[in-house]
Amino acid sequence: MSSDVIITSLFIFMLAAFVGFESIRRIPKLLHTPLMALTNALSAIALVISMVILGQGHTTYAQVLGFIAVVASSINLVGGFIITDRMLKMFKPRERAPKPGAGSEDGVA
Amino acid sequence: MDRMNWIELAYLIAALGFALSLKWMSQASTARRGVLAGEIGFGIAIVATLFWPGITGTGYILIAVALLIGSAIGVPLGLLVPMTAMPQRIALSHAFGGLAAGLIGIAHFFLEREHFSKFDLGVIGIEIALGMLVFTGSLMAAGKLQEWLPQRPIVYPLQNLVNAAVLAAALGLVIFQVFNPDQDWAVPAIAALGLVFGVFLIIPIGGADMPTVIALLNAYAGLSAAALGFVLDSKLLIVAGALDGASGLILAIIMCRAMNRSFSNVLFGAFGATDAVGSGTQEQGTYRSASVDEAADLMKIASSVVIVPGYGMAVAQAQHKVRELADALEKEGVDVRFAIHPVAGRMPGHMNVLLAEANVPYEQLLDMDEINSDFAQTDVVLVLGANDVVNPAARHDKGSPIYGMPILDVDKAQTIFVVKRSMRAGFAGIENELFFNEKTQMVFGDAKSVVAELTSEVTGQRDAIGL
Repeated sequence: MSSDVIITSLFIFMLAAFVGFESIRRIPKLLHTPLMALTNALSAIALVISMVILGQGHTTYAQVLGFIAVVASSINLVGGFIITDRMLKMFKPRERAPKPGAGSEDGVA
Repeated sequence: MDRMNWIELAYLIAALGFALSLKWMSQASTARRGVLAGEIGFGIAIVATLFWPGITGTGYILIAVALLIGSAIGVPLGLLVPMTAMPQRIALSHAFGGLAAGLIGIAHFFLEREHFSKFDLGVIGIEIALGMLVFTGSLMAAGKLQEWLPQRPIVYPLQNLVNAAVLAAALGLVIFQVFNPDQDWAVPAIAALGLVFGVFLIIPIGGADMPTVIALLNAYAGLSAAALGFVLDSKLLIVAGALDGASGLILAIIMCRAMNRSFSNVLFGAFGATDAVGSGTQEQGTYRSASVDEAADLMKIASSVVIVPGYGMAVAQAQHKVRELADALEKEGVDVRFAIHPVAGRMPGHMNVLLAEANVPYEQLLDMDEINSDFAQTDVVLVLGANDVVNPAARHDKGSPIYGMPILDVDKAQTIFVVKRSMRAGFAGIENELFFNEKTQMVFGDAKSVVAELTSEVTGQRDAIGL
């Protein structure tokens, strides 16, 4: 890789890390577990490269490693997104009506 | 524009999706939209990758098969794992991510090494070691959380020296490999040392430090993806890896701050295993115990009750019973809130997830900073399976291993009930001053059954009067 490319990559890395820090700093502690599950799914991004290496199949060795990597990262990806959503579905604001008259549909006994 | 440009453009949109998904995670009301943005981003990235030049017909079949196998494992893993097992689930998932990143680094090295610059060789060496470290380290963490391995720190003499030697050997090999990329054995050896180091790194870490460790492994997984992006000149990998790394690092910092400890202390300190036992002053003092009825009576007539959940609640799976108790008390006109310490449980936000699962509205879940000033006006505090995070020794006892750790000031409340199995010391082996406080009453028993009894006391008596 030439130094130009390295510099460009460093720019991208730095700016992305900055965006990451700034948005994640604002995430309340309440949502830290879903956040971890979400970023866990995002870290499965190696999937795209695994797909290319598996698909091009230049050597059997690369193909075997690529296959395992696609399986592993898709487990990570699919499971990560499902579980994040499953958790977030549970986070509900107060739905009980504190004042009389306000209609509420809480069916929880 | 050639085909690669279009693919890169699609990746740009995917990266935007990832950034938006983190932005929308900042509020419970928009968080699910964030998940959707991440999913769409990933979908675009995967579809675009299918157009990558050079993928053969068999290649497509193999990709499809591998994706199907991964989904067949990933879907049940996502749908079926109970919320109480979430820490180990997340750790396990990190392991898969680390494995994929490490293996792809190895494959890519052997395919492209003749085109690699010294920079590439160095980065890919580190990337492979990091990926493999995340793999075994996360498996160890998952094993400890699932209690297949002992949760207490496993220590042996010269441990830090051994770890340092393994790390030095790995770094030495990376440097060797930069100058001798034609040596076939070097990269597999780096991978092997990464695997070993992952195991060694996690063995001495105790269960109570798991929130920090999981967050750190999250950061490492992100960094290894970003490192892969540098070698492959893939901007998408760099962006996703940087976002992931930033998130893991921030969480790890928050966890460390909440324990008043440094990274190196968490990673190499083997907390509680050696020093804590000696420094804890053994003056036991006397404690008072209360029956369930007494506790229920007092809570019923209180105007405000704060419940402090800890890992014990998770172990006893008492979250649903706790919600029933909170509901019963609220029907009596009691103001019920939950005080959540940042490191309560085994991962960041652990208690919040469990209580959300039990349908506790999130307005009732308060951070340490939000609730600490209210304890002085609180009638009753119910401590459920929390220990070190409510130990007042952290505020004043300079000899205590947890001195300086921010705690929930429950000792300022009028009355404190502590639900506990027995008087044995907590995980870190530290005696808890709170238990000997004259305002504290111990309620002995399993968290789940004690809470259930409290609930039936509260509701039962109400019915008797009401009818």
